[in-house]
Amino acid sequence: MVGTPEVLPPSTSVGIVGWLKANLLSSPVNVALTVVVGTLTAIAAVAMARWLVSADWSPIHESLKLFLVGQYPSEELWRIGAVVVGATALMGVSWAVWGGVMRTFARIVAAAGLIVALTPIEPAGFDLAVRLWYLGSAASVALGFAVGRAASLGPKWVIRAWALAFFLGMALIWGFDERSLGSSLRMLFGAGATLTVVLAGAGWVGRFPLAVVLRWLAWGWAVVFVVTIVMAWGLGQTDLAPRVNTSRWGGLLLTFVLAIVGIVASFPIGVLLALGRRSRLPVLKGLSVAFIELVRGVPLVTLLFMTVVIVPLFLPQGTSFDLVLRAVFAITLFSSAYMAENIRGGLAAVPLGQIEGAKALGLGGFQTMLFIVLPQALRAVIPAIVGQFISLFKDTSLVVIVGLLDILGIGKSLFLGNVRWFGAQAEVYLFVAAVFWVFTFAMAYASRKVEESLGVGSR
Amino acid sequence: MSPIRRLLSYRGIPIWRDVRVLQAAGQLVSVMFVVSVLVFFVANLMSAADERGLSLGFDFLDQEAGFPIGESVIDYHPADSFLYAFGVGIANTLKAALLGVIFATLLGVAVGLARLSSNWLVRNLAGVYVQTIRNVPLLVQLFFWYFAVFQALPLVREAVRLPGPVYLSNRGLFMVWPRMTSTFDTWLGFLAVGLVVAVGLRFVLMRRERRSGRPSHAVVVPWLAFAAIGAIGWIAAGESPLGRSVPTLGEFNFEGGARITPEFGALLVGLVLYTATFIAEIVRAGIQSVSRGQSEAALALGLSSFQTTRLVVFPQALRVIVPPLISQYLNLTKNSSLAVAIAYPELFTVGRTMINQAGRAVPIFLLIMAAYLAMSLTWAAVGNLYNRRVQMVEH
Repeated sequence: MVGTPEVLPPSTSVGIVGWLKANLLSSPVNVALTVVVGTLTAIAAVAMARWLVSADWSPIHESLKLFLVGQYPSEELWRIGAVVVGATALMGVSWAVWGGVMRTFARIVAAAGLIVALTPIEPAGFDLAVRLWYLGSAASVALGFAVGRAASLGPKWVIRAWALAFFLGMALIWGFDERSLGSSLRMLFGAGATLTVVLAGAGWVGRFPLAVVLRWLAWGWAVVFVVTIVMAWGLGQTDLAPRVNTSRWGGLLLTFVLAIVGIVASFPIGVLLALGRRSRLPVLKGLSVAFIELVRGVPLVTLLFMTVVIVPLFLPQGTSFDLVLRAVFAITLFSSAYMAENIRGGLAAVPLGQIEGAKALGLGGFQTMLFIVLPQALRAVIPAIVGQFISLFKDTSLVVIVGLLDILGIGKSLFLGNVRWFGAQAEVYLFVAAVFWVFTFAMAYASRKVEESLGVGSR
Repeated sequence: MSPIRRLLSYRGIPIWRDVRVLQAAGQLVSVMFVVSVLVFFVANLMSAADERGLSLGFDFLDQEAGFPIGESVIDYHPADSFLYAFGVGIANTLKAALLGVIFATLLGVAVGLARLSSNWLVRNLAGVYVQTIRNVPLLVQLFFWYFAVFQALPLVREAVRLPGPVYLSNRGLFMVWPRMTSTFDTWLGFLAVGLVVAVGLRFVLMRRERRSGRPSHAVVVPWLAFAAIGAIGWIAAGESPLGRSVPTLGEFNFEGGARITPEFGALLVGLVLYTATFIAEIVRAGIQSVSRGQSEAALALGLSSFQTTRLVVFPQALRVIVPPLISQYLNLTKNSSLAVAIAYPELFTVGRTMINQAGRAVPIFLLIMAAYLAMSLTWAAVGNLYNRRVQMVEH
């Protein structure tokens, strides 16, 4: 009888030992790699921890207000607080209506507000009122959630509320005075008139029923009218919300204003440019292609330089317009060209059968585009669009080069003619980097989640 | 029926609904809009030129520039012309862009492969690097490297000495650099001969390999031949053809060796670390796009895992990797303009100085735009060339 060879039991592939074998020690090369890389990582981690403990965070501690809102007047800070609380309340409502990634964000924001409100650290100017605002933002998330649940609002209303909040928030941050009354009236009625022409034109070309167009117009005018009367006329008469010149905006506030206005403005322009580039009309196509390629061929710095230094030479003498507005203009131009290219990719992905189907159902060209093609095209390129938003958010830091004080500019300005904190440059720039990182990472996370819930690529 | 009566009795699509009419009208309106905006701008510029004495010509280009430039690839003196100064700026941009592209590619490919490693630690470290660096604006990183690292280095007198010797101080990085001696030309001749012999050997060996079907070391042998001829040349030249130029501490600064200024160092480190994260993601996606069956089939045919990667996976991945890679090269080139914030004298920085010096904002701005557009078009052309070469040919 031949002895059967002894069969050893299979090596462990479960538990901690199994995991280590599979992931860190699977071959001699991997063992060596793990040891070398692990040692280096450990050394780096210890050095970093040591540095973090001994680092001098006093510049941030003492200039936290500058980092957050720049030179925005202290007695007007309640307006920023109100805008933040309004936004967090809307986050609560969005959580109730959509759930998903909004739930995560609303919870994180509420928790962050609570932690900051109750933190024992006291940076300069961090008094009870500021603590109460942070507490208020946490509470408003809960309140918004409760309202959203109780009222069972539809998503449509939440989107409208966000849109309205954007305009009200910008108006509140900017403020009004008696001088601005006339210009505000002109601007808002100008906006109303433009809206009328655009909506009427779209309704006519797209063959929308008259009732639909009239309903849009009624809504548009109602909003414009109310905003004009209440904000420009009502507040302009009082000292409630005096105009705060944009030269006093700074820090994270300015970064956010630049990014949000840039995003809101560049998205529709990008859609129009993408449609223009795919158009069969040679003139529209040529203009769109020329704009997109020209803008994409040069760095953002040159565009910023153009709107800040060169364009004023091309305007009638004596016209001056706001530096922040000029910077927003450059960022919007730049971003919309990239946005157009992303959206063009999405448009190309919509099957021709969809358009033919819409035509067969009797939809007009405009209606086909608005209700059939664009929703599918945009859904297909959500990652690319959010990626562009992230780029735009990061690119706002370039306004430092034309002399604006966004959060990076504030960091840099701490060292101008001041040797006191010279040894703490690394701390300041790492802090700025960390702030940017938190928001860009959150955007990337949201994009991934939304993509998953819409089933892009799996449907 | 007369034409007029026919027109009057026409009962087809009304003119305000006729697509052709609408399209023509739309195009006409947009052309009129663009033209009127341009006319408005140019008219304003002209009136400003008249009233404020703003010059618009390019005639200043051959005048003396009169400003110093911190560092340059080509020799420059303030007495040179504006045009030459602008050329120096372009050369400095190209230097940053080319070195940046090379190092970013090396680092990016390494990190991209590391993200696919079977080793948990390596994989996750690469992931942490990509996720942190990519999400922080490049300008913040440049400020960090320039102000918090390169400028925070010790003074020249207390420079850190690394083996080499390499000296680190707030004046930059000084390192040993090869210096050509009198026999260098002789050696170069030997190297040229070596190159010819190596290429010839490679050709012959490859042909034999294809004919006989047996491996004939077509990679190793030519390299060995090249090295051998180079070594013979080194000895035959008598005096060593390459000397060492060692940086030594002079009165105010180091002399000799090669210098990397803090401005250029910060720019290069920032550009490379930032762009490499994007390249790493492109490489990872490219390799993952090659279906698993390809490498499994290659292994089943008896190819080693190295051969599988080199001969089967990589060529297919490259087709996915290269187009976005080239757009990253384009981004890196454009991002080098951020150097204006840390005073590295590249194209945009020099252009801005020229505007301050010559006061011709509009012409100089047009030059800057044209230079960047030319670089973008060059990268786009490279990309198109590659795409045409590797396009899948359906048989």
